[in-house]
Amino acid sequence: MKTHPTSATFPSNASTALADPILQRALGNLKKGFPVKRAEVVADLPEFEALRDVARDIKDHTLNHLDAYLEIYEANVVQSGGQVHWARTAEEACETVMTICRDAGARIVTKGKSMVAEEIGLNNYLDTRGIERVETDLGEYIIQLRDEPPSHIIVPAVHVTKEQIGETFRAAHDGLDPNRDLTEPRDITDEARDRLRQKYFAAEVGITGANFLVAENGSSIIVTNEGNGDLTQTLAKVHIVVASLEKLVPTMEDAIAVLRLLARSSTGQEFSVYTTVSNGPKRPADLDGPEAYHVVLVDNGRTAMLGTENQDMLRCIRCAACMNHCPVYGAVGGHAYGWVYPGPMGAVLTPSLIGIENSGHLPHASTFCGHCEQVCPMKIPLTKMMRHYRNRAYASGHGSKIGRIALGAWSYLAARPALYRWVTKIAARGLGWFAGRRGSLSRVPLAGGWTEMRDLPAPEGETFMERYDRESRRKPRQEPRQEPQSGLGQ
Amino acid sequence: MSAAREQILSGIRKSLGRGPLDETGMAPIRQRLQAPSRHIIPARVNLDAEGLVALFISKAKGVSASVDEVADMAAAPQAVARYLIKENLPARLVQAPGLADMDWSVAPTIEVRSGLAEEPDEVGLTPAVAGVAETGTLLLASGPETPTTLNFVPATHIVVLRRDQIVGPYEDAWDHLRANAEAAGSQPRAANFITGPSRTGDIEQKIEIGVHGPLRLHIVIVER
Repeated sequence: MKTHPTSATFPSNASTALADPILQRALGNLKKGFPVKRAEVVADLPEFEALRDVARDIKDHTLNHLDAYLEIYEANVVQSGGQVHWARTAEEACETVMTICRDAGARIVTKGKSMVAEEIGLNNYLDTRGIERVETDLGEYIIQLRDEPPSHIIVPAVHVTKEQIGETFRAAHDGLDPNRDLTEPRDITDEARDRLRQKYFAAEVGITGANFLVAENGSSIIVTNEGNGDLTQTLAKVHIVVASLEKLVPTMEDAIAVLRLLARSSTGQEFSVYTTVSNGPKRPADLDGPEAYHVVLVDNGRTAMLGTENQDMLRCIRCAACMNHCPVYGAVGGHAYGWVYPGPMGAVLTPSLIGIENSGHLPHASTFCGHCEQVCPMKIPLTKMMRHYRNRAYASGHGSKIGRIALGAWSYLAARPALYRWVTKIAARGLGWFAGRRGSLSRVPLAGGWTEMRDLPAPEGETFMERYDRESRRKPRQEPRQEPQSGLGQ
Repeated sequence: MSAAREQILSGIRKSLGRGPLDETGMAPIRQRLQAPSRHIIPARVNLDAEGLVALFISKAKGVSASVDEVADMAAAPQAVARYLIKENLPARLVQAPGLADMDWSVAPTIEVRSGLAEEPDEVGLTPAVAGVAETGTLLLASGPETPTTLNFVPATHIVVLRRDQIVGPYEDAWDHLRANAEAAGSQPRAANFITGPSRTGDIEQKIEIGVHGPLRLHIVIVER
């Protein structure tokens, strides 16, 4: 599986995606699904907007006191019998997980869906060190069998059709009855349930992510629908939670406030099926539960985002609302973004984590329609942050050559009003002349991509400034409110 | 203490442009943790007890759980037996040790074992800490009397919930759990908010009920 980012080749990734009919069909399902359901459940909770402010404030408060809350959190995990491991980098986090697995004598490791595990490359790390890793989330399991990275942070196999999944299962599942029907989602789901059952019981270690870490009681919280996360962490002998630092909230009340937003924003459910609060290993008298509980706290670039214009991104709860509503994501899908985090949140987070030099195209993968910001439950100013990265990409010499030349020419002109007026005057006349009586242009130099699909209406002879000057000379300016009917052309 | 820990903590402080918080700086944090305050509670739970039960039932049914109501605990075993027959399930279940006082003599055909759930157990029966009317959610806590495997391993999960355990918002349910934990002297290892049977939308966004967790969630509400 590809583990190195391909974000640098976003334009060609996107072209490939646009030409892929199977992917386009799959993305069509996404657009019809989540945004519609989200709108319904949000309309059903009048407090939703006010809760967004509350959630933003909870995370801002936590991030501004993150050191203190982390220390309290750690003390409470230890109090309940668990252990906390701190990892500065992806490598350190993977090593820590591997050491715990080795100490537990692990051969089989079950794993719930975790985006930070993808981020640190844990899958490949375990696979190359003799561990049989079993993804238990249905979508993750499908893409594991297909040896692909996830293309969405909530529904990782959104790019795969049911026919492809049926074929994948036939190829991967030994001893599968050739007559077994795998055409419908129900058949596929049953087959996955049967296959994974035995793995939960056989696994020595179960790895999950965390949606929240709670300082108050040292608990980790996961939110799932399938029940795989719970079987993973309950049946294995050792439970490892891999979580990045910014998952922390102070209290259960804080977590609950954000939980009221999470599922609604994400899948359009009022609440996910399973919200599980885990606290340490099994108690002495308990009949089940893991014998050991470890938390691997991953920094991997977060502390460097604090106190900068990127801090707001640390409020992200990975709900995927931004990508579910993004016209660019909807057109090209998640793989085009070239790394773990796609869509608008990825366009901001990826440059923060792997550097703008490796992902300079991503902040440009937006029409700035602002829909992502409107639906973000944590009120992250995504377009402002993408603009910031565009500036940085330009300043540090990244981005396409033609784009850079065009922007350079534009800024040269825009800073010289007399020259600007002269050039636009010539251009307006020229384009008007070329268009002739048709009044539109079917081809314009440097704008081939735009005119390929539509004609450009030609300028009608003068520029805005020329017309403005003419109108102001002809008559004194009128207050538009007094005579709303009067237009400039009278 | 590990070098990574120290470096992360000092990195956070450096980024935030300050040193470790002093007593004055820690005061609001301690306050917040000692007396957690609630945020906005949805107005939909501003109902009397009757209204909350009705809301709980309608929300639970809305997420594909089934609900039955019985007069008292003595009637619960028959309700369970009826459900097993209706769903064409085997007359065999594992119950939480915490339900030891359920009298199964009224439903003699059912084979009942007490303990944790394993393969190939098909039906698990448990109590709950609370029912949350807000979204038809159950709160269950692990413990020697209530093994967590019962909630997840069998394909059918039946929950016996007393009517007076139904509360409005999640916060009320969590307060019950906090009070229980205080009385017991320790928190439960796992607390499970459960809203309907397991589901997935991973295949072409089509919702399928019953994935790795239970295919069926049945709630028996006991009047008193």
